[in-house]
Amino acid sequence: MPVEIDIDHVAKLARLALSEDEKQRLRTQLGLILEHAAKVGEVAADDVEPTAYAIPRSNVLRPDVPEPSIPHAAAMQNAPEAEGGRFKVVRIVDSDA
Amino acid sequence: MTELCDRTATELAGKLRAGEITAVELAESSLARVEAVDDRVAAFLTKTPQVALERAAELDAYLPTGAPQSNVAGIPLALKDVLTTNGIRTTAGSKMLETYVPPYDCTAWTRLSGAGSVLIGKTNCDEFAMGSSNENSAYGPVHNPWDLDAVPGGSSGGSAAAVAAGEVVWSLGTDTGGSVRQPAALCGVVGLKPTYGLVSRYGLIAFASSLDTVGTFTRSTRDAAALLSVLAGKDHRDATSLEEAPRDYTEGLDEGVSGLRVGVVAEGFGPGVQTDVAGSVRAAVERLASLGAEVGEVTLPHTDYGLSAYYLIAPSEASSNLARYDGVRFGYRAEGGTDVEDMMSRTRGAGFGPEVKRRIMLGTYSLSAGYYDAYYGQAQKVRTLIIRDYDAAFANYDVLVSPTSPTTAFKIGERTDDPMAMYLSDVFTIPANLAGVPAISIPSGFDAAGLPIGLQFTAPVLGESTLLRAAHALETDLGLDLRPPLLAGV
Repeated sequence: MPVEIDIDHVAKLARLALSEDEKQRLRTQLGLILEHAAKVGEVAADDVEPTAYAIPRSNVLRPDVPEPSIPHAAAMQNAPEAEGGRFKVVRIVDSDA
Repeated sequence: MTELCDRTATELAGKLRAGEITAVELAESSLARVEAVDDRVAAFLTKTPQVALERAAELDAYLPTGAPQSNVAGIPLALKDVLTTNGIRTTAGSKMLETYVPPYDCTAWTRLSGAGSVLIGKTNCDEFAMGSSNENSAYGPVHNPWDLDAVPGGSSGGSAAAVAAGEVVWSLGTDTGGSVRQPAALCGVVGLKPTYGLVSRYGLIAFASSLDTVGTFTRSTRDAAALLSVLAGKDHRDATSLEEAPRDYTEGLDEGVSGLRVGVVAEGFGPGVQTDVAGSVRAAVERLASLGAEVGEVTLPHTDYGLSAYYLIAPSEASSNLARYDGVRFGYRAEGGTDVEDMMSRTRGAGFGPEVKRRIMLGTYSLSAGYYDAYYGQAQKVRTLIIRDYDAAFANYDVLVSPTSPTTAFKIGERTDDPMAMYLSDVFTIPANLAGVPAISIPSGFDAAGLPIGLQFTAPVLGESTLLRAAHALETDLGLDLRPPLLAGV
């Protein structure tokens, strides 16, 4: 059976503004995709360990030698809005708070 | 007429070394082909003729005739537009990055550029590499050089089509669930997905980090081996890159398949597989047997579950990776947000296309409280089962064979309304990504409509030499003419 999901809640978690049409379509499509995806539960028994990376590695370190990094101006060059070498966004705190 | 740009890199590198042709002549040949066909193929999002010609002129000026030089020096290349290039726009096929000019190079391009590679341009792809038809690009579809009304496959559709149409001699793509091998199959070229971690992912715009690999499109297996020899190797900028010593993957390529144990994957011939595809792969297996391979049948019983697991794991990782597109530091920002959260939501709502939104929603849901164990957690267990399937198969066989994709190229628009049908295109390619093993697609023949069919070889982790040797032996034996009809009038 197609899975029922709370589209508004998931869209809020994902920070995605969706139109009513998009929500309607996604509700149907995701329900069907998840119905197929839920098949994983048929074979994933308790004694099977999960795998996050097929070729596991841990504590990978590089030599502790300083290297040049991207210059500040280059890192800022794609900013939608910048001021004084900083990223600018709409107000995030109330002025009288 | 066959132009320079239609030849293999191996042949061209020989001619460059011998002084029979110049790098500028070769770059001009490639650029002329782009001019002649790309209005119909639409493989490129950004063309870099000036960069290409300057590089070629430098090579002609500084590399003395007959001197030893890299096999990639002077060879025209295209990069999928999810690979960052310093100073050259990189869009990931998304409106989100329409004006993004990266301040750094990906490691794959750093290595190739250092060896004298000539960049012709950046290729079209499904948005953020999510798709199997290239129809999810914000910049329109790519057309298959074998049938301009058909898709080239995806997500690296532009890179595959550019090689098939002779616009470049070879190209790079990325393969997260089949995005190199499936378009290679649909466009009649060779597509190699190396072992996970063999080629650095640094500067590859992340989709699903535990599955993403950089792969190659070439006209021959020998070219794939030559390109891999430059790309492979440890990079401290990618913590998942493997400690593999540099080597020449063309060595041993001609050793043949006598005694090689070839397992034919039973799941590759079930319902849903086009008859011509199954027949072509079966016929190729018979050729392998006649070349001395020991052929048997093998099963990968969790193949179908792999598809389910992939469509939980990849979107989950994507929902996390794509959180960075928030309209603050780079990329598109929507106007008129009332507060930061509203600005971010509007930016993401307007900047991402339908497939990317679908996967972000799917991944967010799979990782959300109350559902994590049932979806993402279970999918990771299936990943273990897929690895066990391969372990069991490789206990008895050196390489596995199956079709690359269940069908040949389908028409543009045919599957866009049915995500599940689209996702099924990748059922045979996904398991290799889940297990991290290397795989290659080579052309094995044509269907009734004359469209190319791809055959996939798979080998164990770091089994690239065996993989390439098997592919080279079959390719040589088949000797297919892979010039698409598009080029008849060029």
